[in-house]
Formats: sequence, C-alpha cells, structure tokens
Amino acid sequence: MKNFQVFLGGILLIEVNNIEYIYPSGIKALDGINLKINNGEYVALMGENGAGKTTLIKHFNGLLKPTKGDVYINGINTKNESVAKLSRIVGIVFQNPDHQFFEENVEKEISFALRNFGFKEEVIKKRIDWALNFMNLEKYRNQPPFLLSGGEKKRLALAIILSWDPEIIVLDEPTIGQDYIQKEKLMQLIIQLNTQGKTVIIATHDIEFVAESKPRVILLSKGKIIDDGPTEEVLTDIEKIKKCSLILPQVTQLMYNLSDLGFPRKIVSVEDAVKLILNKLEGK
Amino acid sequence: MHIIEIENLSFRYTTSDRKILDNINMVIDEGEFVLLIGPSGCGKTTLCKCLNGLIPHFHQGILEGKVIVNNYNVAETPPYVLASSIGMVFQNPENQLFSLSVENDIAFALENLGYSRDEIKERVDFALKAVGIEDLRNRSPFELSGGQQQKVAIASILAMKPKIIVLDEPTSFLDPLSAKNIIDLISELRNKLNITIILVEHRLDLAARNATRIILMDNGKIVLDDEPRKIFSRIETEVLGVATPKIIRIAKSINKKYRIFNELPLTIEEFSSILRGNLIDRSK
Amino acid sequence: MSLLEGFKFKSIQSPIHKLDPRVKLAMSFSIFLISMMYIEIQISILLLIIQLPIAYIAKILKEWIKSLSSSLFLAAFVFFMNIGVSYFSSGYMLTIFDIYNALALSIRLITLFTAFSIFLLTTTPDELGLVMNSFRIPYDFTFAFIMAVRFVPVLVGELQTILDAQKSRGLEIEKGNLIKRIKNLIPVFIPLLVNVFRRSIELAEALEVKAFGASKKRTNFKELKMDKIDYILLIIIVIMLVIAIYARFIIIIKPLIA
Repeated sequence: MKNFQVFLGGILLIEVNNIEYIYPSGIKALDGINLKINNGEYVALMGENGAGKTTLIKHFNGLLKPTKGDVYINGINTKNESVAKLSRIVGIVFQNPDHQFFEENVEKEISFALRNFGFKEEVIKKRIDWALNFMNLEKYRNQPPFLLSGGEKKRLALAIILSWDPEIIVLDEPTIGQDYIQKEKLMQLIIQLNTQGKTVIIATHDIEFVAESKPRVILLSKGKIIDDGPTEEVLTDIEKIKKCSLILPQVTQLMYNLSDLGFPRKIVSVEDAVKLILNKLEGK
Repeated sequence: MHIIEIENLSFRYTTSDRKILDNINMVIDEGEFVLLIGPSGCGKTTLCKCLNGLIPHFHQGILEGKVIVNNYNVAETPPYVLASSIGMVFQNPENQLFSLSVENDIAFALENLGYSRDEIKERVDFALKAVGIEDLRNRSPFELSGGQQQKVAIASILAMKPKIIVLDEPTSFLDPLSAKNIIDLISELRNKLNITIILVEHRLDLAARNATRIILMDNGKIVLDDEPRKIFSRIETEVLGVATPKIIRIAKSINKKYRIFNELPLTIEEFSSILRGNLIDRSK
Repeated sequence: MSLLEGFKFKSIQSPIHKLDPRVKLAMSFSIFLISMMYIEIQISILLLIIQLPIAYIAKILKEWIKSLSSSLFLAAFVFFMNIGVSYFSSGYMLTIFDIYNALALSIRLITLFTAFSIFLLTTTPDELGLVMNSFRIPYDFTFAFIMAVRFVPVLVGELQTILDAQKSRGLEIEKGNLIKRIKNLIPVFIPLLVNVFRRSIELAEALEVKAFGASKKRTNFKELKMDKIDYILLIIIVIMLVIAIYARFIIIIKPLIA
C-alpha cells in the first residue's frame, strides 16, 4: 500500500498550541502538546493506553478545553465555540458504536445529527440516501441499529459522521475487534476520503494497520509527543517504540534481524521487504 | 481418547432460521494449542460457547448433534460441573472481574464450588505464581492495566485447574506489548501444565507460531483444519481474508520467483535462518 | 456525580479502614440511634462533630464533607416540609418550637447520612458482602447488592462517554425549554440502558463460567475477624449507647412517669 498523504494547498486546519490538560481528579493527561495538522493529511496518533490519545482527540471538537494553551480548528479557538458547531467541522467516531444508538431504525439514527445541525428536510433525505449508499448499508435502512452485527455497527457510526460531510474525520481505535477484510475496507475508505480532500486522523495502537496504511505518525507517551514523522521513521525507532508499550512492526523486526546482511531497518511494508530480499537473492 | 469430540453440531437461535453453526465435526486431543480463526460472524464465539455449556444451558436455541468435553456430554451437564474441566476467558476484562482484590477474584470460582479454605489458599497461590502476578495479590483489579486484568482473569480460571482453557479474543482491547505477553503466557501455561488451549484470535502475527493446529471457519462451517504451515499455503486463507502473518506473506511472494522456502516460516528466526542458508549456498 | 463521592469506598490505608466492618457499622448505627432518641439540636450537632476526628483519622475528610453537602438538599426539603405542615395545620401560625423542631429533624437527617458515609467510605464492597453474610442474608441478594455498588462508578463513566458521543452529533443538552430538555435525555438514557443490559449478559456468562450457584454451601475465602482494638471499640460504642439510653430515660422519661 503506497504512502498516500495528499496535501492540497497546505491549509492549517488543526493547530494545538502548547496545551496542557488536567482532569478534575488532578491527573495531568496532556503535558505541553504542540501540533499542526494540514488539510488532506492522514495522521495516526499512537501510544500506550493512557498516553493521552483520546484526551487529545476530545480537544479537537471542544469536548474538552485545554487547561493551559489553545486549540484552533480552522482558525477558530475551541474555547470560544460550542461542541455542536465544532463537530460540524470535526466528526469524531468513538470506539464503541453502542454508546450512541437509540433510534428505532438506521434511517432515523442518521437523521439525528443532521436535525441537530439544522439541515433542511430535503437535504437530510438526500444525505441519508448518500450515506447509506456510501457505506453499503441501504438494506438496513429500516432496521433497528441494535440488531446490526459488530462490523455493520461500525459502518453505521461512520455513515453517521460522513452524512454531514465534516472536513476532518477522527476515528478512535477503529480497528479493535475487526477482522482482516474489515480492516482492508477501512484502509480503502481512508484513501477515498483523503482523495476527496478530507483530513483523516486515527487514534490507534494497531501497529500493523499503521504499517500497511503509512500515515504520518505522532507518538504520545505520558501526555507528551515523543515523535512526529512518516511511518518509516517513527515506527522503526525501537527506543521510542518501547516507551509506548508498542512493538516494532513485524516487517521491521525482520529487517532488524537481517540488518547485519546489509538490509536497511526503516522498512515497514511487505512489498518493500520483498523487493529488497529479491534484490539480495539476485546478487544486486 | 479425545478430550473434545464434536459430532454433527448445528445451532441456531429459536428466533432465526440462520444456522450459526452448520454441521461441525471436530476432535481435539489433550495438550493441543488450537487457533480458531475466520471472518467476523463465522461462528467462532458460538462454537466456544458450545464447549463450556453456555450453549445450550444459558443461551436458548436449537442444538443438533453431540458435544463431548472431558467425557461429559455438554448438553446434559450443568455449566458449573463443566467449569472444572473447561474454563473460558472473555474479551473484555471489565465484565469478568468481580472482586475488589486480585486474590479474592481468583478465589471467587473456588468459593462458588465450595472448596475448603485451605484448598482455596493453595490454589490461589498456585494460580498467582503460574501467571506471574504474585506482586498484584492485594491490588484492586480496577486499578490495573488491561493486560494485567486479563492476567487476573486467566489466573481466576486457572485456579479451577481445568484441562482446557478457551480464550475468546482476549487481546482485543490490549496494546501490542500486552497482547504479546498474554499470548506468550498462554503458550507457557500449555507447555508447563499441559493444558489444552483453544484461542480465538485475529492477531495471527503473534499467535500462529504457538499453535499446533489452526481451524478456519466461515459461515458456520469448518473450512480448513490443519497445522499452521499447511494452512497458510492454502488459497482459502487469502480469499477468506485471514490476516496471514507478514513473514509468511513475504516468504510466499519470494517463493513465487525463487522457491527457497520449502516450509513456510512461522517465526522471524526461521525466516532468517532459511534466507541466510540460501544466500550462503548461492554465494558458493 | 460528585454527589456520590461522599458514599463510595475510597481505597487508602488508615486505622479506620483496618477496623472490622461490623464495628464501623455498629458505630454508624449507634450514632443514628442516639440521634433518633434525642430531639435536642445540641445532641445532633454533637454527633456530627464527633464524626470529624473519625473522618480525619480515616483520611476521608474531603469525601465526608461531600456527603454532608449532598444531604443538605434533602435536609432543606425536610425543613421546609415540616415548616409547611406546622404552618398550615395550626391555622397559619408558626411558633419558635415549630422552627426548632423542623431544624432538629433536618440536622438529624444530615447526621444520619454522614454517619453512614463513614461506614461506606471505609468499607470495600467485598467486606460489605461479608457483613451481610454474617447477618445471614442470602448470598444471592448480597451478591446483587455488591455488584450494584461495584458498577455505579462504571455506569457513571459510561454516561459520560455516551454524553460525549451525542454532543459530537450536535446534541445540546443545555438548550431549550423544559420539554426539549427532557426529550434530549432520550439519546442519553437509551444507550445507557442498552449497555447495562448487554453488560449484564456478559457478566452472567462470566458467572456461569465461574460456577456461580454450584454449591448451596458456598465457602468464604476471607472471614471477618475481630481484633483486640475492634472489641475495645465495640465496648466503647455499647457503653455510649447505654449512657445515651439511660440519660434519655432518667432525665426525660422518669420525671414524666413520677
């Protein structure tokens, strides 16, 4: 899978200025985070459970406001804007779809957000049609969301977010419990969204998924950013990876093992590894 | 004498016509490490629940065929009797921990079974040691990390000294390092205590190397049942979207041009030694 | 949700935590009994003040104060109810005694809440189960009770998660008139209910797998054991109770009979 970061004009969409976040309980979850994300990027936030990934994500639509510093979404300071308004720009899909379904059928479920955002009825109808079609859920239109399978629920959660066409799409741990086919489909969806100019951010600890889809990787540990760069640079740095309870991607582990034969270590994908090994076998 | 015998097993819920399990035939011998894989919805979890009696005693449905576990006919034996022969660890640690101290949680099942206090003490000590969490004895499970919680869950099952342990996607919610630790632990328990393991797992990168046998399911049927190396050379794994370990994918790609892997490597070490051996031969 | 923090077990080390939970229960219960026996506000306030050093030693002062403030709302309600009843039933008249009475009742309520909060703050759900067991309460009931206690914080967390998800879909719970606000609770409570239901099934499966209900004679791995200090404290509590009853009898009732 090729690296598919698409920069369209480099508009700064998310700017995080030296923020700190302390929970009411006293725990400091974010400690001096600085971050810039441009439109069209595909970014993965990685780190151990409790590193601050979800806390950081919640700052993107104003669910949390930093206790120090500022977060700007498309130039708007999140402290001055409601969650509802920010959510129009930043659609967040949380980990567990069961935490949001309540309507009697899928169609109504999708319309909920659209109504809240004040879309007109004709527009709502069109958007529901589009979203159901795009996520392949048309046949479930009149079914209760509770009766869908796990994978279908995740697709519905995505359909809901996409229905109002946000600029930025954030996915919190989208690959948990998913099988290989579902993950492949997710990767294709991300490419498609990127191609349409959308900014996609995922919070994950699924190293293999990241290794295959090659986003820009931001490593978080104990509330700080300890690395920020392309997948091949960040995920292959064993010292930094260890700090985050992560392990090197399988392919990288192989390259480390073969490094004494002259193989480079900063390799994460199967295709690259195959090419290099074939070259070696052919004596190049 | 097989420790698990399944004959013509079919199951569907009373409210539906769809067979979740469709004529399953399978035997497992003591000491095996069976990896149960397949796309979401293929029936893996349902099959596991047919082994420990949750089906048909807890979940009502139409069951055909016979399931014999450790000489017990599952349909005719209450789950609490089966519990001493076959234990189960679930996906979400939070919903299988009942006590405010690790020690009490491990003792819970033994209390239910009416063991004497001395017997309980001995088994709790045994379980804590076997799983390597003696230092967590007096901690509250809810303060622990996900990986530690799963270790407590495993210990609380181990205390019953079952012959078989079934684990249904135990690493779903865990970070990669914890996932690796849990899978290594399971393997170690099997080696040291000769416990039969049935593991449902998507992360084949980590789990395939430990398995003596892989069973691939699809749509309620068993599609493939063989040892790991043979499984991954079959085309069904590619079609059914099985997450073939990356090492094997690389090896298969290389084999297409130069057949150097007569046996597919399950670990990096195997891959490395075969490749190195081949490179040395070529240079001669 | 900080209302509940005054009554939820706080996991720390303290001399009070180490006491046998039955003694703590006896302590809370006697404070309750004594406050019931006396109408005098001074007694209720004294009983409140006694709790301060206990809460301090138990390192739960902050939480104890929370239990106090949580009960203020209910106490105010009781106060005004009583004032109202006295006012209307005596032909729109309000005597000093009525006000004193209402005040005494509401302070008594506060004392009740705070006394039991000390017990709950220093006793684990497991110990609670053991106490209930020693009173011969059937295990099924005890277990259900403990599970409820254990899951309250989990549900509170889940409520927050659901709220976050729905706010991210444009739900604005602060806006609108009363009717709209009540309507806005539906997207919050339905997922909560559904998840509670789902979770119960998972828990029930885990219980089956751990042989719940296998034996009528369930063993208790841990047992409550009274140490010397527990006995000493128990004796002190009993003595205080006796004095309180005696004083009540001698000072108030006997002259009436005589």
